[in-house]
Amino acid sequence: MDKILEVKGLSQVYGPGCDLCFASTGPDFETNICPHCGSIVALHDLSFDLYKGEILGIMGESGSGKSTAVKCLYFDQMPVGGSATFFDDSGQKPLFKLNPAQRRSLRNHRFGMVYQNPNLGLNFDISAGGNIAERLLMSQVMNYSEIRERARELLARTEVLTERMDELPKNFSGGMQQRVQIAKALATRPPLLLLDEVTTGLDLSVQAKILDLILEIQSELNTAMIVVTHDLGVIRLLAGRTLVMKYGRVIERGLTDQILEDPQHAYTQQLVASAL
Amino acid sequence: MTRKPLLSVENLSKTFFLHEQNKVIPSSSQVNLTVYAGKLTALIGPTGAGKSSVLKSIYRTYLPSSGRLLYETAAGVTLDLALALEHQILELRREEIGFVTQFLHTLPRQKTLDVVAMPLYRQGVDKQEGRARAAELLAELNIPERLWEVPPATFSGGEKQRVNLARGLIASPRLLLLDEPTASLDAKTTDRVVNLIQRKKEQGTGMLAIFHHADLVKRMADEVVELMVPVVNV
Ligand SMILES: Nc1ncnc2c1ncn2[C@@H]1O[C@H](COP(=O)(O)OP(=O)(O)OP(=O)(O)O)[C@@H](O)[C@H]1O
Ligand SMILES: [Mg+2]
Ligand SMILES: [Zn+2]
Repeated sequence: MDKILEVKGLSQVYGPGCDLCFASTGPDFETNICPHCGSIVALHDLSFDLYKGEILGIMGESGSGKSTAVKCLYFDQMPVGGSATFFDDSGQKPLFKLNPAQRRSLRNHRFGMVYQNPNLGLNFDISAGGNIAERLLMSQVMNYSEIRERARELLARTEVLTERMDELPKNFSGGMQQRVQIAKALATRPPLLLLDEVTTGLDLSVQAKILDLILEIQSELNTAMIVVTHDLGVIRLLAGRTLVMKYGRVIERGLTDQILEDPQHAYTQQLVASAL
Repeated sequence: MTRKPLLSVENLSKTFFLHEQNKVIPSSSQVNLTVYAGKLTALIGPTGAGKSSVLKSIYRTYLPSSGRLLYETAAGVTLDLALALEHQILELRREEIGFVTQFLHTLPRQKTLDVVAMPLYRQGVDKQEGRARAAELLAELNIPERLWEVPPATFSGGEKQRVNLARGLIASPRLLLLDEPTASLDAKTTDRVVNLIQRKKEQGTGMLAIFHHADLVKRMADEVVELMVPVVNV
């Protein structure tokens, strides 16, 4: 199997930071706030490998650093430490050492992101179709009618009524917004997809559609995915392996069924028990 | 017989540690067994002897606490499943080792035919062929055709179990773990299941199985391993 992403020691701190930030936060201290400088240690020493076509789950309570991790990988923010290497067809790319043009190129062509907050993933001032067209325009040379056709296809694929492709996504329901985001993320058929709480807050029938869609995409395009969620049911259905996070740290990792049926760490045991 | 076993379990023990209660729970203790290609080893013993735990430890749903689980891969390598990397286990699950349990976790909208064909899709078989082979198995297991295009979520216990079984058998795994594959079936359906398992055995699949009925053990097993309830040290 081929590796597509290798993350090593990824760390993120919000605030001025000090020498004691990492040593005085984390699960042992039951906080992610440094008592010395008040900074938030959102992420510390996150490492994992991701293989082509694999779905990796990241679960953990609110504030454990899940979104921070995927946002760093999507270049929304620069981590304070660590490295990430993307193994592209054209060679290895050290994500945090690339220049802005190289980063933009990966973001636009090779990575797809579905944000927890659709506000971040969609431009609410242009139509649903326009959101997708925007991404297509950045990536390929196509004429207007080709782009429109492709946008329509993608929206149909994600079960967004194509009659509504000219409407503004701000008028859509949460589930529809998520599906427009997925369509947008898929526009370039990226080999790596980052999904942050794609199903959270949606009613069950919409959740079901989105889960189906995700697995369909994975088997069709062999897309590698990182699925962030605090929903154990979603993790069980989607992810082969799972990381469990708390206060910015990975406290347990393993095969997903093992994490759910034979959790080793006290926190994971509690998390799984409370979800039953 | 000089042939090497497909699976050789040596002194497997599994204990759980429950942090909340600060308690150690022994589940299986000092288990030894072998499974040969084309043969069925049956696990017997009273409730609480840890029969399912043994299967789950082999599949790595449980982390074995001690012992060795030596598996001969298709590539001819001996791999200790207790120590294998997660990616190796995922690959074995995709290509070589199947597990039929009493539970069925499926996608909410996935149709039964696709649920059953999934192991084939994962191996790269196309949809048309996968569905055709799934239909054959479902017919053989007496699942009415009107259910094939419906998700199994609303099926009866016995129907779900047969869907599970069809999915476990479809890709002809080298090693198949069966946890009470006939528990909720009537006599006639049980016979169909038994025939199917028998045929897969003849085709070379090695099996480790738990049956709810002694009669089935007699009919199916080439080798029988009895487990004891582990002693609790308080
Ligand atoms: N831009 C920011 N500035 C300051 N603090 C931040 C920022 N973004 C996140 N944080 C803090 O970092 C920590 C991790 O946040 P993050 O959004 O990664 O958590 P999460 O695991 O995604 O949580 P949720 O499940 O609620 O989405 C939290 O304590 C959060 O308040
Ligand atoms: Mg988040
Ligand atoms: Zn500090």
